[in-house]
Amino acid sequence: MAGISSNPAATATRPQAPMVRRLAPLVIFALLALLPLASALGLPGHWLTLVTRAMIFAIAALSLDLVLGIGGLISFGHAAYIGIGAYGAGILISEGQTELLVALPVILLACTVFAAITGYVSLRTRGVAFIMITLAFGQMAFYFAQALSAYGGDDGLTLYEKSTLFGREIFGNRTGFYYIALGTLAFCYWLARRLVASRFGRVLRAARENSVRVTVTGYDVDHVRLGAYVISGMMAGLSGFLLANQTDFVSPAYMSWSRSGELIFMVVLGGVGSLYGAILGALAFLVTEDVLSSLTQNWKVIFGPLIVLFVLFTHGGIAGLANKLRGRRDG
Amino acid sequence: MAEPALALKGLAKSFGALKVTNGVDLTIAPGELHALIGPNGAGKTTLVHQISGTLRPDSGAILFDGQDITRLPPQARARAGLARTFQITSTIPSLSALENVALGVQAHSAHPLSLFRDAAGDEALNEPAWEALEAVGLTERAHAPAGSLSHGEKRALEIAMALTLQPKLILLDEPLAGVGHEEGERLIALLNSLKGRFAMLLVEHDMSAVFALADRVTVLVYGGVIASGEPAAVRADPAVRQAYLGEEG
Amino acid sequence: MTLSLLIVQLLNGLQFGVLLFLVAAGLTLVFGVMDFINLAHGVQYMLGAYLAVTFVSLTGSFLLGLVLALAAALLLGLALEFLVFRHLYERDHLDQVLATFGLILLLNQAVKMIWGAAPLSVPVPEFLSGNVRLMDGILYPVYRFALIAAGLGVGALLWFVVEKTRTGMLLRAGASNAPMVSALGVDIRKLFMIVFAFGTMLAGFAGAMAAPILSVEPGMGDTVLILAFVVIVVGGIGSIRGAFVGALIVGLVDTLGRSSMNDLLRLFMAPASARATGAALSSMLIYLVMAAVLFVRPEGLLPAKGRS
Repeated sequence: MAGISSNPAATATRPQAPMVRRLAPLVIFALLALLPLASALGLPGHWLTLVTRAMIFAIAALSLDLVLGIGGLISFGHAAYIGIGAYGAGILISEGQTELLVALPVILLACTVFAAITGYVSLRTRGVAFIMITLAFGQMAFYFAQALSAYGGDDGLTLYEKSTLFGREIFGNRTGFYYIALGTLAFCYWLARRLVASRFGRVLRAARENSVRVTVTGYDVDHVRLGAYVISGMMAGLSGFLLANQTDFVSPAYMSWSRSGELIFMVVLGGVGSLYGAILGALAFLVTEDVLSSLTQNWKVIFGPLIVLFVLFTHGGIAGLANKLRGRRDG
Repeated sequence: MAEPALALKGLAKSFGALKVTNGVDLTIAPGELHALIGPNGAGKTTLVHQISGTLRPDSGAILFDGQDITRLPPQARARAGLARTFQITSTIPSLSALENVALGVQAHSAHPLSLFRDAAGDEALNEPAWEALEAVGLTERAHAPAGSLSHGEKRALEIAMALTLQPKLILLDEPLAGVGHEEGERLIALLNSLKGRFAMLLVEHDMSAVFALADRVTVLVYGGVIASGEPAAVRADPAVRQAYLGEEG
Repeated sequence: MTLSLLIVQLLNGLQFGVLLFLVAAGLTLVFGVMDFINLAHGVQYMLGAYLAVTFVSLTGSFLLGLVLALAAALLLGLALEFLVFRHLYERDHLDQVLATFGLILLLNQAVKMIWGAAPLSVPVPEFLSGNVRLMDGILYPVYRFALIAAGLGVGALLWFVVEKTRTGMLLRAGASNAPMVSALGVDIRKLFMIVFAFGTMLAGFAGAMAAPILSVEPGMGDTVLILAFVVIVVGGIGSIRGAFVGALIVGLVDTLGRSSMNDLLRLFMAPASARATGAALSSMLIYLVMAAVLFVRPEGLLPAKGRS
């Protein structure tokens, strides 16, 4: 402990930065990559579909963790972007345009516009008002979809084709779809990691902890947050696009407010701000949901109290638990 | 003569009927260490807020390096080279000391918000950050999270952060408050070593520090300036002795 | 739209606004005083309606059923406060949002299990049935007038309690400075419980009063909760006056929007596309109003004093 040296000339040698090794994400992705093998060895095919769906939601949860965990903004309207992505795919397909290279830019643009406008208004407020407003904007998207009578309205829209790449079916095969979802998730995770480690991400993280300090250092905190909000919205839109192709169906329920709440739970379940925690959280959530709903149709009566107990008695989610275990081992 | 680093012209601010800043005129030359003293409630911190831009004056003007900045938002003032430290230490607790300082370097770089380049390993940011940490003697603590530093170390870190803003003027809001004697001595030595590189406005209660460091001293009472000048002259001023120093016995 | 229709729609909007006010007032009070965001507030509205269904049919009397329903809603609310909410006051908003979200899942499903998924209703009480003749050819149900009157009455009572009584003074002080209030020697826990019980009663009352004119179904609280959020954000968080103004704006804009958007668009659109666009636009209208208000005044129209 040198404390403060009064003699600036006495330069201490610069210590090396401690190495950060992230083993958990590697393990997660390796296991996910091997799952189809287990399926070939006799694991019921249902699991492949379930994990594909979980990975699609993991993309959305990951995108939410960017604003919630990294940026400290509790967005309660994130399901809207899943909906925009899903409806983007659905509407284009039902109009005869299945090409993915057309659909994706349209979806990303739509998400950008929606996120930029609603984000700009929402970010004028703080704290609880931000939660309420994002919830209200999410609900606005929900009612808009309900009113889209040309595209199924309240009943939703069944898709008779899937998206194509250069006119070729790429989503038809279950294992193929699994690896596309895994690849997209891995890409999004990589992107999010890079983003968090970047200059932009450093400012975003710093603003979560001390926005006054960041402002007087010379940054416009609201611009940075809006940027993160838009990027996050685009990523969630991607998840909606995949979801529409997996279920061959699009409905307003995709953007219901309880879906937004579930996304928040996935992030908290896995551990806020850890990014890979959002993936774990989504997997744990969907598997639990699947198991419980196969036991009873009233599974929410069990699931709701589980959420309450989880909040009351744990801190830091699954990733936090892993860290605690590791800390114990090291010490 | 060169433009003063800072000039306040008839600055006034009221909260209701209470005049917290009452027609303050003040100039600080480039490189000067100017101390601002006064009893509690004299309006020193309010004045610092107005200079840094977090509070808007009712009337009067603030000239920084010859530019009128009275209406500029705080982040624009920071970019122009006006840095400040806080009365209550203000760092980013979970970022390392080095990253806290690099955040300041980054703000003045060509691409403060680039999206994909790794920030932690960026030598263009780290090199000036290391230099600032070396200047305040925090080299060995560079990788410790700012939240785990001692109180005095956090003060030094704040000064290092201010250094990276390529400041023309640093506002130091009670840097010695709550710091133990030994660390206080080190901080005074640190400020002394930095003198002349930029102008400083030092708000401080510790009189021995003020008279050891300051080139000039301004005394604020009830929001107004009652004396301003060389330390020895201010110390001898009868109005000051009565209004302020008298209190200390 | 004819004048008579306009009058009816104005009254409908007023009645909807009053209902929203009853829900939003409790929510904003609880948030203002306790800094606690309670998503399960909408569920308490739903429970009020379901309990009214049960007790009115059990007793055969609307008034007796209403009183019993309120008492039962209060007991349930206090049980929830004791079991869950009490442990959340010190937590951050994320924990509060998540735990109360879990409660919504539980209670919505529990209601479905107990009362079934099909919509239920409460008959309009005998003494409030029939219509009032406003003008030639315009009839308006007595019950809806009673609802408006009850809502305005509760509003006046709230105003009196908050502005004129000692408890109200503590509430206002607690909203802006809780440590100061507890420094005055007030048992903040007890104050919180009173505020919470009061909010629960208001929501339950709104649900019970709405039962004869709306269909009582699982999830009915969710829609109202989100509208109450819009009301609070428009009016200013923590402010009762703001909630009142916000509720009337949301109630009127939503009701008039839905009834007139179609006609308005037909002036310059083909009927079919006017109907489709009208439906989409009118369901989004209040959110657009909310966005406009926030754009001009991020803190809402009538923010509570001492809160920024």
